[in-house]
Formats: sequence, C-alpha cells, structure tokens
Amino acid sequence: MTISARSVGSRPQPMRSRDLAHLSDEALVALVARSDEAALAELYDRIGGVAYGLAFRVLRDESLAQDAVQEAFLTLWRSAAATFVPERAKASTWLLTLVHRRAVDLVRREERRRVEPLEGAAEPTVESAEASAWLRLERERVQAALRRLPDQQREAIELAYYGGFSQSELAERLGQPLGTIKSRMFAGLSRLRELLDEGLEEGAWTTRSTS
Amino acid sequence: MDDEIHELTAAYALDALDGDERARYETHLATCAACREELASFWRVSGSLAHAAGGPAPPPALRSRILAEARRDRPNVVPLRRRLALPAAASFAAVAAVAAIGLGLWGASLSSELDDVRGQLSGQNEALAIVSDPGARHVALSGADGRVVIASTGRAALVVSNLDRAPAGKTYEIWVIEGGTARPAGLFEGADKRTVIAVTRPVPDNAVVAVTLENEGGVDAPTGSPLFSTPTI
Repeated sequence: MTISARSVGSRPQPMRSRDLAHLSDEALVALVARSDEAALAELYDRIGGVAYGLAFRVLRDESLAQDAVQEAFLTLWRSAAATFVPERAKASTWLLTLVHRRAVDLVRREERRRVEPLEGAAEPTVESAEASAWLRLERERVQAALRRLPDQQREAIELAYYGGFSQSELAERLGQPLGTIKSRMFAGLSRLRELLDEGLEEGAWTTRSTS
Repeated sequence: MDDEIHELTAAYALDALDGDERARYETHLATCAACREELASFWRVSGSLAHAAGGPAPPPALRSRILAEARRDRPNVVPLRRRLALPAAASFAAVAAVAAIGLGLWGASLSSELDDVRGQLSGQNEALAIVSDPGARHVALSGADGRVVIASTGRAALVVSNLDRAPAGKTYEIWVIEGGTARPAGLFEGADKRTVIAVTRPVPDNAVVAVTLENEGGVDAPTGSPLFSTPTI
C-alpha cells in the first residue's frame, strides 16, 4: 500500500509534562508503555521517593537501594506495554511490589544483614516536594494500624517486610515452629487489612484510571 | 494441602518465601482464583507498608540515572512479528518464571480467569484474547483491509492485512481520537501478512481509531492524515 507523505509539520503537543500532572498513575503507565520518557519521569517523581525509602529500609545501603529502584522502573519501562491492565489495580502498588521483591532478593544475597528495625523509622524522612501531606498521613495511618496488631504478629510482619527475612529464617531467628510463623503472618496481615480498610478514606484507594 | 498453601499468600505478599517456596506458590497461584483475589488485597496492604517504610529520600542523581538508562534501551514497543518468533515454550516459561510477580499476576490477581493471565503476558496474547472475545464488537476499517475489535472491557485490538512494512525510520502509529483529540495508542511495523496488535488505550464510544505513518519511535500528535481508520465507533 502506498503511504502519503506527511502533510503537516509538528503540531503543538497536547500531552506534555504540564498535562501529565493531571493524569492518574495508571494513565502514566499507559504512556510509559509507548516509551514516553516524560511519563516515566512523572511516575518517578510520584513514586520514586517512597520506592527508594522502602528499598533503603530493607537494604540499608544507598547504592543497593538505588539499584533496586532503578531495576523496578526499568522493568516497568521494558514491560509496561505487554502487561499493564489499567482497570484492575493501582500502578503504584505494582511498582512498589517490584521494588520490594528486588530489594529482598538483594538483601538475601548480601551476607551482612539488616538485623534491627531502622532506628527512628517512625520519623518521616522523605521530604521532597512530592512527599505530600497525604504521604505523611498515610504513613501515620499505617503505623497506627501496625501498633494495634498483637506484638507477635507485628514482629513477624515487620521483620519479614522491612527486614527481608524469609519465613524459614524467621522461624529460626525467633525459635518458633515454621507453622507458627506462617500463622502469625497470615493472621497479622489479615488483621492489618481490616484495620486499614476500617480507616479507609474514600478515594485514596479507589483510583480509577482515566479513560 | 490446600489450606496450607493458601496460608502462604500472606508470606508471598510480604516476599517472605524462599525461592523454592515462591515457585511452588506461584504454580499454585496460576490455577487458584481465590488465592489471586486474596493476594491482590494483601498486596494492597503491603503497598501501605511500603508507604510507611520511612527511609531517606533518594539521591537526586537516581532520577537522571533511571531516565538515562531508559533512553539507552529506548523502544519498548516490540513489533508483533518479533514476538511471534519466540517459541511458544519460551513465552509460557515467562509466566512461571519471570512474569509471576509483577507482570502477569499483578493484573491477573483480581481476575478469575486463567485466560487473563495468558492475555497479559504479551501484547500479542492480549490482542488475541481481545479478538477471540465472543462479546467483542468488530468495526471494519476504511482505507485498509482489516478491522478494529473492541472487547467488552473496552480494550481493543487492530487487525490489518496486506500492509506494507513501514519504510526505514518510520513506524505505523495507532490513534484513539475522541472529542477531536488524537491520543497515541501503539506502534507497529506492518509487513506481516496480517498484523494483530493490541491498542494500548481503551476505545470509548464515539471514538475513532486511526493509523498514521510517523517517524520511528512515534510522536505525541499525528503529523499527517490517517492512512486508514474506523468510522465513529
């Protein structure tokens, strides 16, 4: 088939960075799927701070934390076209899941391991322009919910999620049967889900993708 | 025992499984809709935990490092033809090994259909899933031999036959035009006897799907008239 030459020069671009600020995370991922760098940058500006904070908490190492975040974002860059399902889940959750998985894999590979919870971890330290009031509230909300868990459940969840310990490692470390650790994690996470759902602000977790 | 592996959903969401356990659980997950539902809600909780991690702010250089790296391996829009060249076994292995965490199952975790898992593995499978949706609408193209198929979910695929390969340095670009605004919806190269490609954004009622020829890498707004398009959908 014949192709007509381009008839018009470049037009003003309607989707540049000024507009990106108004898009949902999911819409940004859809743009990333077609190699839109500005969308990738915007997504990083929104989620990169939390992602790095998470990776650092697990890894306790700047360089490794950067690696974990970079790999997660590049996974998105390379795979978004093939995999994104905007109507089904939050893009930020997916991205943070990738970051966490990567961080845990890295920390388990390192021999020098994170033993104690991050000292002063309750203090918010992500203070970039993007660390909105919402982020601080969200952190307080989650920490309050964690405090309401039975100690043993909280311990299992924090050591697993923030410490990167596997359930087998935890069983050994805490001197408990593996079955006990599994039950604590399951009960704790279920309870945490209830607590978080109770205090759920409408809108915070119900983002719909723009269409 | 099912209860036992079901209970692993929490540990999986916390990334607290060892490699072997993880693989075993993912195998189970592929066939257990209840666990996928549970996992999706647990991932929401672990996402909250992520927000509460409270680590330090990233060094400013990280942003530019990521963007530079992304630029280096720029085109992430793989032409369908290349995907088809992959042996089927390789793409299925991708389900179990690579995609399980973030890629396939992330989207699929809220779904109860295994077909969806497959559908999300690649644009190719996604397109095939759309095309084979019995509830899909088929809208013929004018200007080319083909059609746009719109699944009941609003996701769409373009099927076009006998299209010349895009000239060197050029690419076909799909647009979803709504309310006078054309938004980019995917790139492809043509040249197959038949191209089947997922449209990367939903196609709402009253939209038009069109294709132009653009410079390689695609553009944000069409620079020429459509080569072919649908009527208003």
